[in-house]
Amino acid sequence: MSNKEKHWEKTKGLMITTLIIWFIFSIVIFMFGESLNSGSFLGYPLAYYMCAQGSIVVFVVLIFWFANRQEKIDEEFGFAERGDD
Amino acid sequence: MAEKFINQKGFIDNLPKIYGTYTGGFLAFIILMAIAEQAGMTAKTIGILFVAFTVCIYALIGWLSRTVQVDAYYVAGRQVPTVFNGMATAADWMSGASFVAMAGGIYFGGYTYMAFLVGWTGGYVLVSSLLAPYLRKFGCYTVPDFIGTRYGGTAARFWAVVVLVLASFTYVTAQINATGTIASRALGIPFELGVWIGLVSILLCSMLGGMRAVTWTQVAQYIVLIIAYLIPVFWISNKNGFGFFPHLMLADEVNRLADLEAQFGLVKNAAADITAAGVPGGLASISNPHSGVPAGGMAAWSFISLAICMMVGTASLPHILMRYFTTPSVKAARKSVAWSLFFIALLYTSAPMLATLSKISLLDPNLPTGLIGKPIAEVMQIEWVNAWINVKQAFIADFNGDGVLQLNEWFMRGDVVVLATPEVAGLPYVISGLVAAGGMAAAMSTADGLILAIANALSHDIYYKIVDPKADVRKRLLVARSLLVVIGAAGAYIASMRITSILGAVAWAFDFAMSGLFFPLVLGVWWKRATREGAIAGMILGLGSGTAYLIYVGPKFMAQTPWLGIDHLRFGIIGASVSLIAMVVVSLMTPEPDKATQKMVDEVRIPSGKTILSGTH
Repeated sequence: MSNKEKHWEKTKGLMITTLIIWFIFSIVIFMFGESLNSGSFLGYPLAYYMCAQGSIVVFVVLIFWFANRQEKIDEEFGFAERGDD
Repeated sequence: MAEKFINQKGFIDNLPKIYGTYTGGFLAFIILMAIAEQAGMTAKTIGILFVAFTVCIYALIGWLSRTVQVDAYYVAGRQVPTVFNGMATAADWMSGASFVAMAGGIYFGGYTYMAFLVGWTGGYVLVSSLLAPYLRKFGCYTVPDFIGTRYGGTAARFWAVVVLVLASFTYVTAQINATGTIASRALGIPFELGVWIGLVSILLCSMLGGMRAVTWTQVAQYIVLIIAYLIPVFWISNKNGFGFFPHLMLADEVNRLADLEAQFGLVKNAAADITAAGVPGGLASISNPHSGVPAGGMAAWSFISLAICMMVGTASLPHILMRYFTTPSVKAARKSVAWSLFFIALLYTSAPMLATLSKISLLDPNLPTGLIGKPIAEVMQIEWVNAWINVKQAFIADFNGDGVLQLNEWFMRGDVVVLATPEVAGLPYVISGLVAAGGMAAAMSTADGLILAIANALSHDIYYKIVDPKADVRKRLLVARSLLVVIGAAGAYIASMRITSILGAVAWAFDFAMSGLFFPLVLGVWWKRATREGAIAGMILGLGSGTAYLIYVGPKFMAQTPWLGIDHLRFGIIGASVSLIAMVVVSLMTPEPDKATQKMVDEVRIPSGKTILSGTH
């Protein structure tokens, strides 16, 4: 496998991991909203909390994490850009 | 001179200082207005000064950013730093609907409505992982530019422009409508005039400098809108002793609302009663639980399906994607998506808190501001109630005739929640003026991004790439600017006819975009086998089936019973599914793309090396 192919394999892997986490916090947990709401966080009903703040915070952290991981992958295979920002 | 100033490297390096000074200046202006209010300046003058002052600053930035260079006009010279592009995207993203209507939506819809919150934030995960960095590497000026080059041929480019125009134009009329509403209220002029004044302000920001001017005004608009949103939230929470930091400390109030709902009862008024009582159109009473989750699988599906449409739609909206063409590198594009969502989250996580504060202020009989359970005669004496009833934004209908205000007898328009909360909670008028300026900033920044997206696609993809490829720079920019004015005027004309409510149109834009563009964009990067014919089929059939379904279920069209609860807000689910199937089937039936195209896709997938399209194409 060429360097480019290996890089793309890893990139795809990261994309899939990212989207699985995204899927859980945007869709899966809200399938169970009703039962989730009997739990609580900071005193808020849990399902309410997740759509008011929880999932949104997860998305922000997830994108920062994704960007850092992808940068590492690009560096590992020598495809990172040089001399920018 | 200004041209030189904004082109200088020093300008980019000094951005934190420039916008820091600007923020300080804006805060000083707020304090000045507060002092003026104490000294006896009227509420009306304060409102006018707030809107006029901020709009003049945006216009000044727009003028300073004027340019005669193609890459500055289309992609801000690709030198917008990560964090600032994040702020600009957040302003581009958060529309009049987010600012004015969202807290109101949560106020009335509760948990069910908050699917929009999840949808309008979760979409950025798709943007960052599937699209933004690859489109940046491509080096395109517009979204159809990517489709046209990746798949080749005029037809693919043309259909991408069609989807873009349809989605963005649906959206832009709602924004111009919002600028008109706010301008007419703050300046005390008729709505129709407000719409045209709004349009002129919008064009002042974008016409001379294109993307560069829009970028720097959007950053300024973000600062205004976030200050305008957060100050009232924190102020009310602290004033009423609900908690120093509302986002973490309103749990008691949320739970108290659930108790109050049980106590007052959530009654859905019969449509006949509402008509008989003469409730003005667009007003609603609270009938959904604030934090309670409706029971049943269908309710869960309607939450999830709405979130899916908004997320996938986010990842297909050209005016958002094109913001990531302006970063200096691929790496910066990725980081910039993260910053965008960070800045968006500051407002979106505050909206449910504002709705909670506003609701508890009205509902709780233990609070001095509480209305429910009071004699109606007494409620009518309250100054702000009177003012909003007079302009038909609020209404009281004594259904049971007992002279006491019940929860289902109090009607309000959703927009009023944000615009009136400062007054309701008894904050000084300067805060209401600030909120009007914030709403104006939110609607203007989104309208600018949208009009620019449409005008750029028409001038670059249709005029330059298809009609007259030999046009020189001067002519191209002249066409781009003329289109900006024409499209803005068309949007303002339609907005002034007031055909649809703000929110319906906004959700439709997401559905149109996801029906036609999502899979052609994503598969263009992630599936080498995707062919030109496949992409064209995906765009035409996706958009066609989505639109047909909208006409089938749309309450204003054929109003048929939706399948599986997929109503007119969710028609993108049908469109995007058809688009995916059509694209895969047709791609597999046609010969695979040539070597050059496959090599191009390989190049797009790595950050290093030259962009696919040259700097000025």
